[in-house]
Amino acid sequence: MKALRKFIDKQKPHFQKGGKFHWLESTFDGLETFLYVPNTVTTKGAHIRDSIDMKRTMIVVVLATLPALFFGMWNVGYQHFLSLGETAGFWQNMGFGALKVVPIIIVSYAVGLGIEFYFAQIKGHEINEGYLVTGMLIPLIVPPDIPLWILAIAVAFAVIFGKEVFGGTGMNVVNPALVARAFLFFAYPGDMSGGKVWIAEKADTFSGATPLGDALVGNFKHLPSVSDMFMGYIPGSVGETSTLMILIGAAILLFTGIASWRVMVSVFAGGFVMGLLFNWWGANDYMELPAYYHLVMGGFAFGAVFMATDPVTSAQTQRGKYIYGFLVGMIAVLIRVFNPAYPEGMMLAILLMNVFAPLIDHYVIEANIKKRLKRLKVVVNS
Amino acid sequence: MSAETKEREPLFSAKNMKLVTKPLNMDNPITVQVLGICSALAVTAKLKPAIVMSISVMVVLAASNVVVSLLRNGIPQRIRIIVQLVVIATMVILVDQVLKAFVYDISKQLSVFVGLIITNCILMGRLEAFAMGNKPWPAFLDGIGNALGYGLILVIIAFFRELLGSGTLFDFRVIPQSFYDLGYKNNGLMILPPMALITVGVIIWIQRNRNRDLIEK
Repeated sequence: MKALRKFIDKQKPHFQKGGKFHWLESTFDGLETFLYVPNTVTTKGAHIRDSIDMKRTMIVVVLATLPALFFGMWNVGYQHFLSLGETAGFWQNMGFGALKVVPIIIVSYAVGLGIEFYFAQIKGHEINEGYLVTGMLIPLIVPPDIPLWILAIAVAFAVIFGKEVFGGTGMNVVNPALVARAFLFFAYPGDMSGGKVWIAEKADTFSGATPLGDALVGNFKHLPSVSDMFMGYIPGSVGETSTLMILIGAAILLFTGIASWRVMVSVFAGGFVMGLLFNWWGANDYMELPAYYHLVMGGFAFGAVFMATDPVTSAQTQRGKYIYGFLVGMIAVLIRVFNPAYPEGMMLAILLMNVFAPLIDHYVIEANIKKRLKRLKVVVNS
Repeated sequence: MSAETKEREPLFSAKNMKLVTKPLNMDNPITVQVLGICSALAVTAKLKPAIVMSISVMVVLAASNVVVSLLRNGIPQRIRIIVQLVVIATMVILVDQVLKAFVYDISKQLSVFVGLIITNCILMGRLEAFAMGNKPWPAFLDGIGNALGYGLILVIIAFFRELLGSGTLFDFRVIPQSFYDLGYKNNGLMILPPMALITVGVIIWIQRNRNRDLIEK
């Protein structure tokens, strides 16, 4: 490790002003601070001090997604061999899945980081950290059989129009990973309908649909058991199938204090309450689906844990977080049940509430100011 | 009437030509004045309707600019908007009838948007800002120039939307079948209006990068 530090220090002058590679300064700085925590601290303004910086925070989130990722790889292989009617060993499943998933991850990072580095370089900024997480989340929310060039376009679109035009990490209004998915969803609906066969190789012998796709067409007898859906032995996007693995990730995020438990809990509560409301209404079969089904089907858990909790795009105030999360859950289930065009509502619900999050914050703060003013008047009057 | 005795300005003087060229870039109705956005989103999924729409707007705008400019001294201030609307509506109806008579298919594609030229902000904007205070000839040139600027942006948007969204230009297939066999797919989002808005945004981005004076402080 010492040798690496020495090497970096030796190369540093080349990349600073006057050096021969000074036009690559941002790139170098990005890599250096990725490897070593910089010893500069914020000096201006009021800040909460913390021992980890942005890059370390992001790495923890990436680590938290790993259980879902590895299970996703295994599941891709499992579903593939299942559709062929064969049984395969653990490593065979894993290997097949890795062949499908690893290229997706590579493309996602290569395209996204390339654009980030390019923008940082021409603007002369430091490189934003945000893409470390976004680049990991995108492979987890796309179907494993997505053509790589389509993925590359979606990533480029998400980074440029979801983030850079607003001013980079921390300025974006909506979650860039979900922008990528929304782009795929609307641009190439044939590959991304959310209800079609999402098995690595489309096998003619097996016409599997995701549970959501089945539910939408009223095929409730086809639904897998709750335990299967909880464990994740179902077709779906790479990282979204296993609620258990996502909950392990959630535990990591909550233990390290990076994600907000308020958002997570209220998203699940919102989805569950909406499910109960539909049960009570019960106008059709879909509405009578037990409420807890909604929490384990499709991308609900993944969205609640990794997407809705994004610290940039979710609500900032504590009370705002409850409102924001609750509405995400409610709208997700609402879209699932009511809209025949969209089998999955989680993405649209989070994107919608991302847009409304600043408004929620505004009213929470206004209410607080009013309350405190009232208290002040009471004191003055007495 | 002392103005009449002055020397007449030549028809295509530099000042007059500027009325035509300025809206093409520095004073573009869509990208700089941000007028007429709705029709730019609605009719640009294909090139053909976009061009027909631009020509219709040009005819309507030039003709109503001239008419309002001729009437400008006789229009009472308080009802000027109504008078302008009557003029525009007359022109729009004429254009609509002509389209229905000669290019019925495209007229059907444009549907209500020809009628909605009446509410196109570019028309009201130019009538209020220019035709009410200028002579017919400059008003005519101003109308042509603004319609050209509008049409230019429409054609650029429609070009990209039709090429990427449908793989065609003027309904001729330009992306060869071999591309599709290799797995290329048309981008469905380009057909939807949001992408037109983003395309306008990109055009504005590029334009302001090239002309730094357009960037607001």
